[in-house]
Amino acid sequence: MAAAGAAATDLEVVRGKRAALFFAAVAIVLGLPLWWKTTETYRASLPYSEISELNALQLRLRVPVTVVFTRESVPLDDQEKLPFTVVREREIPLKYKMKIKCRFQKAYRRAFDHEEEALSSGNVQEAEAMLTVPQEQAEGSLTMYVISERSSLLPQDTMSYIGPKRTAVVRGIMHREAFNIIGRRIIQVAQAMSLTEDVLAAALADHLPEDKWSSDKRRPLKSSLGYEITFSLLNPDPKSHSVHWDIEGAVRQYVQPFLNALSAAGNFSVDSQILYYAMLGVNPRFDPTSSSYYLDTHSLPHVINPVESRLGSSAASLYPVLNFLLYVPELAHSPLYIQDKDGAPVATNAFHSPRWGGIMVYNVDSKAYNASELPVRVEVDMVRVMEVFLAQLRLLFGIAQPQVPPKCLLSGPKSEGLMTWELDRLLWARSVENLATATTTLTSLAQLLGKISNIVIKDDVASEVYSAVAAVQKAAEELASGHLASAFVASQEAVMSSERAFFDPSLLHLLYFPDDQKFAIYIPLFLPMAVPILLSLVKIFLETRKSWKNLEKTD
Amino acid sequence: MPAVHGGERRWEAEAAPGMAAARPLALLVLLVLGPGGWGFADPPRDSLREELVITPLPSGDVAATFQFRTRWDSELQREGVSHYRLFPKALGQLISKYSLRELHLSFTQGFWRTRYWGPPFLQAPSDTDHYFLRYAVLPREVVCTENLTPWKKLLPCSSKAGLSVLLKADRLFHTSYHSQAVHIRPVCRNAHCTSISWELRQTLSVVFDAFITGQGKKDWSLFRMFSRTLTEPCPLASESRVYVDITSYNQDNETLEVNPLPTTTYQDVILGTRKTYAVYDLHDTAIINNSRNLNLQLKWKKPPENEAPPVPFLHAQRYVSGYGLQKGELSTLLYNTHPYRAFPVLLLDTVPWYLRLYVHTLTITSKGKENKPSYIHYQPAQDRLQPHLLEMLIQLPANSVTKVSIQFERALLKWTEYTPDPNHGFYVSPSVLSALVPSMVAAKPVDWEESPLFNSLFPVSDGSNYFVRLYTEPLLVNLPTPDFSMPYNVICLTCTVVAVCYGSFYNLLTRTFRIEEPSTGGLAKRLANLIRRARGVPPL
Repeated sequence: MAAAGAAATDLEVVRGKRAALFFAAVAIVLGLPLWWKTTETYRASLPYSEISELNALQLRLRVPVTVVFTRESVPLDDQEKLPFTVVREREIPLKYKMKIKCRFQKAYRRAFDHEEEALSSGNVQEAEAMLTVPQEQAEGSLTMYVISERSSLLPQDTMSYIGPKRTAVVRGIMHREAFNIIGRRIIQVAQAMSLTEDVLAAALADHLPEDKWSSDKRRPLKSSLGYEITFSLLNPDPKSHSVHWDIEGAVRQYVQPFLNALSAAGNFSVDSQILYYAMLGVNPRFDPTSSSYYLDTHSLPHVINPVESRLGSSAASLYPVLNFLLYVPELAHSPLYIQDKDGAPVATNAFHSPRWGGIMVYNVDSKAYNASELPVRVEVDMVRVMEVFLAQLRLLFGIAQPQVPPKCLLSGPKSEGLMTWELDRLLWARSVENLATATTTLTSLAQLLGKISNIVIKDDVASEVYSAVAAVQKAAEELASGHLASAFVASQEAVMSSERAFFDPSLLHLLYFPDDQKFAIYIPLFLPMAVPILLSLVKIFLETRKSWKNLEKTD
Repeated sequence: MPAVHGGERRWEAEAAPGMAAARPLALLVLLVLGPGGWGFADPPRDSLREELVITPLPSGDVAATFQFRTRWDSELQREGVSHYRLFPKALGQLISKYSLRELHLSFTQGFWRTRYWGPPFLQAPSDTDHYFLRYAVLPREVVCTENLTPWKKLLPCSSKAGLSVLLKADRLFHTSYHSQAVHIRPVCRNAHCTSISWELRQTLSVVFDAFITGQGKKDWSLFRMFSRTLTEPCPLASESRVYVDITSYNQDNETLEVNPLPTTTYQDVILGTRKTYAVYDLHDTAIINNSRNLNLQLKWKKPPENEAPPVPFLHAQRYVSGYGLQKGELSTLLYNTHPYRAFPVLLLDTVPWYLRLYVHTLTITSKGKENKPSYIHYQPAQDRLQPHLLEMLIQLPANSVTKVSIQFERALLKWTEYTPDPNHGFYVSPSVLSALVPSMVAAKPVDWEESPLFNSLFPVSDGSNYFVRLYTEPLLVNLPTPDFSMPYNVICLTCTVVAVCYGSFYNLLTRTFRIEEPSTGGLAKRLANLIRRARGVPPL
């Protein structure tokens, strides 16, 4: 009877154990995955390894240069060797994680007949007109003509000439080492026309350590798809001055041709407005010797802020705005001059603020006050104004004056105020800048997503990241094969996709879901369920160990 | 439930593609510009007029209405380079980018008491064609200085010269009523409307509580109201004038006195009654030169008798009735106090979707009889997408009160859709009444460019009527509000119940039960045995 009872109890104990184990098994096999799956944040997979590879990307910027030799430019036996190709690669030393290499690929060939004919003409302009009409050159490529040492095409003491389009003329030499000497001259000219360290350093100013590159390099606007240019005429004293400016004509005549030439670099829109009673933020000082007023250099930064609130933001687009202000000082403060650091008046009476725009002070001719009573009608001399504003516009877009090699003749600017190779140089710089921006954005996005596991990554965000990575790679390839135009387009796509991914609002959905709320919800459910299971598991474990020890003892 | 007279902000935008609607415009052909390019300098293509009208209201308060009108002869909607002079760039860009046909945006704090103040001076311009209209109202928003500052920036003279020097924020918001607005619309440049100009009207009207600002007297002066005086005209404005309503002055020479004396007066039929205004032209050098500034003053010689103010022919009231949180009723009372003339009223109601209207309960009664509207347009709401739109043309019989009522059911919102303070209630935007009210005196049609700005706001179609647009009170409706900690409570309770059930179930399944043999010990038993032994009874 007792034995049967003990056997029944044993059976019951075993059954209890099994039940507890089964509970634990269900909780672990079924419950945990179910809970995990239902509360998981959706995270699409991202190309983390490819993004980290982008940082070690090697940019090879290939500049295709065609070098054309005329008949008497080099010794005859050297001419026999043509055509052939010389590649010269040079690393551009920048403190940047990307290695940038510049690769001039020089294709040497003999001149065709029509080129010979053109280059034997009287002066450079004529020759140029005859040469460039029949052939259109691809963006970023250059053509150099090597002419005879004694040719009268260039003035006597000049060695080379840089044209307004993508051409240059270099004097040849009758020498045993002719190709080497000419090659060096060609590289000098080609660098001036395409890529120099300075241009790239300015483009990457945001990504380089502060100390080396001064704020001067940060002058150009950041690369964007489009820009808005606003000309504002500030008339703080409409009681004394009735100012008229023919801005429509000036924009049509001076600004629009320049922007048309620049149109490859982005979309532009031009607006103008007249603001009355808009004051500068600082009171100008009076200079008794010249009985004029002046603004000194250190007060210029305070000029902009009060005016800016009147300028108004753009309602129609999100592009960065470039402001150009023409300030006609009030009667009580005129004439007004801007002084430079040494206290001398600035010749243009204008200054610019990096990435913001420019301000020009336009003084009313003092004779006008005597002639008529107030308000004086002021007709603004738009040629004078636009000269200054266009020069500032060039600076703000990062089109600096080229560093011309010695004994080189630079052609006068075209009517648009922009040379074709300057545009190319801008595109090179902008492509590199775009690539750097896109890479930085992607890297920080990847870091952020890797660090914070709460962020939801939706499929469309992931696809933007993939396309950005692909666009960066494509742009790098296009740069390496010398297709500047398509490289620039790809780099813009890369920036756009990466920014869209980075600023996607869906990333923020669950970011701030606090952990304590999670625990407040889980604890009432999980604690009463988990504790008995854990306790019985511990008990079973202890009992099994005990029984094993007993077995050992009996052994 | 009481109607709320508090903050109210209106927002209207009309975007009507297609041809500009021909408007009742000037009969005289305006200055027709040549086709341009004739070799001489273009005449100024934009012009600015500014105007301030000061009206003592029947209740004793003082209403001041500013209007700044910029007219620009330009095809703004053409793409291309845009150059702005007087017209603000921000608004111009808006028009050309979004192809706006018209825009009316107004910020209003307080409620215009039509019953006591008479019909409002400033209304949205008459355009009842709302086919492409976007109309929205945000009754909850509070108007503040931060709304006034950008509005002032749109003025060509900013707030530095002209009438705008009076716009001092701390005074303007210390009033019983404040309404600032921007109206943009195309106007015809000539009688045949072959080309259009754009008109920007910036209006601001305030009602000063005369008893508070004037220490119990009804006298007022510019300095007392605005704490500023006028010093110079805006040099950009072609016209800069102040009009003061001195209508009762003419009838009885002894009641009031304005200082300085006006050089000219202007008489016209405004809102159906004949009015006289004293005119001060700031461009007239004599007005300001005398004392370097102009501080208009009005003194009542005799205290005006406490006669009941004349009741306007049309006014309205609106309220919510019903009890509980399920159903309710929206009622609008339309008063026609004209002794013998009936006139039609267009009533436009937008009701948020969370009040589900029962259209079959719509009843319109006047003088105890059912009044059948001659036109009804109803667009049902879509949850979270669009509100109800109800538009009716109702004939108001003479000397009557018409009651328009409709029942609704309150909807339950999702818990994230409630505002931060849901127990405050939800606003229902005011209904809009547009009517041609018969006037007391026949009015002549006016020339828009010549007559004062306040006169050209309401076009007179024929002399016997004038147009009025009124807004009723915004309403505040309580919606059933849940306890917002409820989801957490539910989770906790459910989890606890689950945990308790699970616990006993688990115990039942995993514990082993065995029959316990009664043990031989026990303190009680031993004690009992001790006692038994002492008594000599056999132990248990």
